[in-house]
Amino acid sequence: MITLDGVAKTYGDVHALGPVDLEIPTGGVTALVGPNGAGKSTMLTIVGRLLGADAGRVTVGGLDVVTARPRELAKRLAILRQENHFVARLTVRQLVQLGRFPHSQGRITRDDEAAVDTALGFLDLVDLQHRFLDELSGGQRQRAYVAMVLAQDTEYVLLDEPLNNLDMQHAVSMMARLRRAADELGKTVVLVVHDINFASAYADQVVAMTEGRVRYVGTPREVMTDAVLSDVFATPVTVVEGPGYPLAVYYRA
Amino acid sequence: MAEVATTSPPTAPATPAGRPAPGGTRLRAVTGSYGFRLAVVALVAVAAAVGVLTYGNPAPPGSSGFWVIVRSRFTSVGTILVVAFCQGVATVVFHTVTNNRILTPSILGFDAMYRVIQTALVFLFGAGTLAATDGLGKIALQSLLMVGVASLLYGWLFTGTRANLHLLLLVGVVLGMGFGSLSTFMQRLLTPSEFDILSARLFGNISVSDASYLPWGALVCVVVGTVLWRRRHVLDVVALGRETATSLGVRHQREVLLTLVLVAVLISVSTSMVGPMTFFGFVVAMLTYQVVGTSRHARTLPMVVAVASATLLLAYFVLRHVFYAGGLVSVIIELGGGLVFLVHLLRKGLR
Repeated sequence: MITLDGVAKTYGDVHALGPVDLEIPTGGVTALVGPNGAGKSTMLTIVGRLLGADAGRVTVGGLDVVTARPRELAKRLAILRQENHFVARLTVRQLVQLGRFPHSQGRITRDDEAAVDTALGFLDLVDLQHRFLDELSGGQRQRAYVAMVLAQDTEYVLLDEPLNNLDMQHAVSMMARLRRAADELGKTVVLVVHDINFASAYADQVVAMTEGRVRYVGTPREVMTDAVLSDVFATPVTVVEGPGYPLAVYYRA
Repeated sequence: MAEVATTSPPTAPATPAGRPAPGGTRLRAVTGSYGFRLAVVALVAVAAAVGVLTYGNPAPPGSSGFWVIVRSRFTSVGTILVVAFCQGVATVVFHTVTNNRILTPSILGFDAMYRVIQTALVFLFGAGTLAATDGLGKIALQSLLMVGVASLLYGWLFTGTRANLHLLLLVGVVLGMGFGSLSTFMQRLLTPSEFDILSARLFGNISVSDASYLPWGALVCVVVGTVLWRRRHVLDVVALGRETATSLGVRHQREVLLTLVLVAVLISVSTSMVGPMTFFGFVVAMLTYQVVGTSRHARTLPMVVAVASATLLLAYFVLRHVFYAGGLVSVIIELGGGLVFLVHLLRKGLR
């Protein structure tokens, strides 16, 4: 379980987040939704201990993310940001092997290789595993990063806009894989998504935020209503019944 | 509605790129292997070292005079090896922790800082204290001072969120110039004898380097090299950037600071032995990345030592024994290196 207790953050004069109290249950896919600047990514990076909170406390599986030993925490919690710029030249396989670092400390064992193979297979990267990252398309590279995070073999996986810059085909297959990661590998996946309909189609729980606060928490069916979405996104939204899940329609007022 | 027929291109057989195709020429597999490349570069370095030691020796080979001359030239070769190690390794790990491949410690003014600290020591305490406290104590004190200033200044620069390459390049150039002017100013105020002692420290040269300093320099190389080698896997993770490294359980800021301290140590050793070399590290690091292909430190660290040694030894051999201008080695390397740096900047920009 991920718990946030009075977590707050300000950037200079700008109040970015909180105070937020939230519990994210173990297992399943939780989607953070909301307009730009609602504090979704800020909250996710604080939970992922990439950013220090000004106040409050975050625990992941009982470990306080600030005081826990980094190596122990890295075996429980992985986070992937949307921007991953680095100049190092690595093949896909080498990158995914680095995902084993919390377990191997660089000395790759047979178990590590097996985990790497599983992650590569899970993201359909086996044919690409010896290609260098700078030879891949944006979608393939994104898959490689997610494979690295899965190879880290943590119970909790946080993803900041994993669908960013992915086209329709790749976005759908990415969400399907994350869904499978939750169902088959038993992971707790928390992700920020811009497209509310992806949250509706794949998430077990939706957390809707505006102006740094959590406004609504519930299943997609509970959150996907005209009133709630129009309020959260400050835009007239009509929810219609889709193929098995509700769809938000907002393209023309 | 007509469906547009798409002819999917024939998919190439999935041979993993970067690996020799099964049944491919074995020669390619050998020349393509990392061990072979490392061996070739090391062989070039050894050949150049033998050349430096033995070429143009007026005494007949095997005579006692021959060995006396060879032994005296060992100092030059040793100095070159230490300097090559310091510059090469410092540049590669500096590139890793700062996540760029343009800026080097020297370009950011590390060696200018060394000069200003040396000058300030003479300026504030007089040349007597420097000469009197020769040996380990002085070296330790100077290194400590250098490391302190470097970690404060560059630690602050690189661990903040403002790490923007253009800004850093500007800061480095300005700091380098500022340090240079400060040194020049203090040197003007020194007495001629103090200045004489100081310049012996500052304007090192491979041909006339101080043999007494060599063992200490070598010791520092061994210690720092061991520390960095043991951390090679951590460095691989640090190279992924702060956020990914943190997610993988590495204390990123601590690792960056530790590495910057070690870089400051290496650069101060190199600068004190042969004076500033602004672009040498850049050139050998670039060559190393080209030769190795991957960025893993288990590969780049040994290779950069070999490449730097081979480059410097070859340059020294050619200039000393072919053009009889051994003192010009760093000048020529700086000229060539500076040109490569400019061309690289113009072609690829700040990437």
